[in-house]
Amino acid sequence: MSLERFLKTAVSSWMSEEGPDSDIVLSSRIRLARNFEDYKFPTLFSHEDAKMIIVNMEDTIRKSDFQKFGQIELLKIDELQPLQKRVLVEKHLISPHLAEDSPYGAVLLTENEEVSIMINEEDHIRIQCLFPGLQLSEALDAANEIDDWLESNIQYAFDEKHGYLTSCPTNVGTGLRASVMMHLPGLILTQQINRIIPAINQLGLVVRGIYGEGSEALGNIFQISNQITLGKSEEDIGNDLKGVVSQLISQERSAREALRKTSNIQLEDRIFRSLGVLANSRIIESKEAARCLSDVRLGIDMGFIEELPKTILNELMILTQPGFLQQYAGGPLRPHERDIRRAALIRERLKMEQEK
Amino acid sequence: MICQECNQRPAALHFTKIINGEKTEVQLCEKCAQEKGEMFIFNSETGFAFNNLLAGLLNIDPAFQKPSQSPFHQEEILQCEHCSMTFPQFLKIGRFGCAQCYETFKEQLNPVLKRLHSGNWTHNGKIPKRIGGGLHLRKQIEELKNDLRNSISQEEFEKAAEIRDEIRTLEKKLAGSNKGGE
Repeated sequence: MSLERFLKTAVSSWMSEEGPDSDIVLSSRIRLARNFEDYKFPTLFSHEDAKMIIVNMEDTIRKSDFQKFGQIELLKIDELQPLQKRVLVEKHLISPHLAEDSPYGAVLLTENEEVSIMINEEDHIRIQCLFPGLQLSEALDAANEIDDWLESNIQYAFDEKHGYLTSCPTNVGTGLRASVMMHLPGLILTQQINRIIPAINQLGLVVRGIYGEGSEALGNIFQISNQITLGKSEEDIGNDLKGVVSQLISQERSAREALRKTSNIQLEDRIFRSLGVLANSRIIESKEAARCLSDVRLGIDMGFIEELPKTILNELMILTQPGFLQQYAGGPLRPHERDIRRAALIRERLKMEQEK
Repeated sequence: MICQECNQRPAALHFTKIINGEKTEVQLCEKCAQEKGEMFIFNSETGFAFNNLLAGLLNIDPAFQKPSQSPFHQEEILQCEHCSMTFPQFLKIGRFGCAQCYETFKEQLNPVLKRLHSGNWTHNGKIPKRIGGGLHLRKQIEELKNDLRNSISQEEFEKAAEIRDEIRTLEKKLAGSNKGGE
């Protein structure tokens, strides 16, 4: 497959489109957890329950003509190849939990991959909307629309006091997890991040690395999300997160300006060295690739590099993950082979831009 | 002392991690510490499943720790009628078996919800259309108005003022939901 064609099929809209504040906010995500009233939660449900839930969901799609998000496709987890699952995880369309520990799992995907609905994960239904840039309220509106549409066919588990009932009590109430992925190299370089993260935690928000719980902040990318789901309205949860994110944006911008003033030539040197590594290396580990991509993206945002598109960081961060590399190669690769492939893919992608 | 990461440079940073009561001593040189710096922030989450934390929260709950009255008295184990999950089972996996569990384990759950959701334990967000937000709100307002009358008759004016404010917010919400929904 040519790289160009591969990119066309591999890149979801949130990776290639630019949204508001997209120099710092890569994407905004809303997730709603919902359950059927009549079936046991996935922790205890039987094979039959699981099948009925999938049948119900298929019915819902077929019955109602919900065209707003285009064609919807259903994928069953047990019918996917390990590599295909991994790619979906790397694109943030399904969770590692659905891919690995949910034998009766399935996912509904829209064409542009902005909406994915996980079935039989920790909860029966998890609606997810993933938008480029800072678009929390837009994503929330979309998720609510899908929620209303599903609700017209499904009896949700809901009680007036506890709200939407979820398998885990940390999600009960709104079932809402709002999260924002941010690129914060300025705060790292000026070493402010270690001071900021505890402050964010105190506000009931969680900071994580790019691939969720327990993951490292690869490429200076952080995920910030709400912890509290009960007692606040959906709008308030979104607005509280947005407030903190806006502050982080302005802190990151002033950190970048400070860097420009105090160590302009060092910064420029760092950025172009990283570009050099990406454009020329023959072997590159994911950690080094992430670091260099972050530098290059910073260089683009700060105007040092003009010939590359901004979205190259989002795109290559995802495409150089092990699952994607192997899909592009057409088969499994050992770690060392991956590092070679990764270097080749990045070189080729940068060359594509030059030829444009 | 030598850095445990590179085994080359002398260790400059010594610290103790305590995860779930388990102590780990860490010795690093400055270079390795810097490289690992961002990892340390996040590492605390790995190998530390949420349900351990939840079980911890529930166990320190005084209501749950109450010793049984007499050594001969066997305390009843709470079990959900619908999915037959028991409370100890829930503690172990940190997930409920079905929607009914919320009712079954209500008493143990509320203090935990308060802790998990910084003091909140009642839902304040979206309501499915079939349940009808307006109806639910009107019911709540009715109840509060009763409380208000009682408070006034007992001359508890401070409390009455609080209830009055609560009624106002609910009435505002009711007006809003009528506009939006119907």
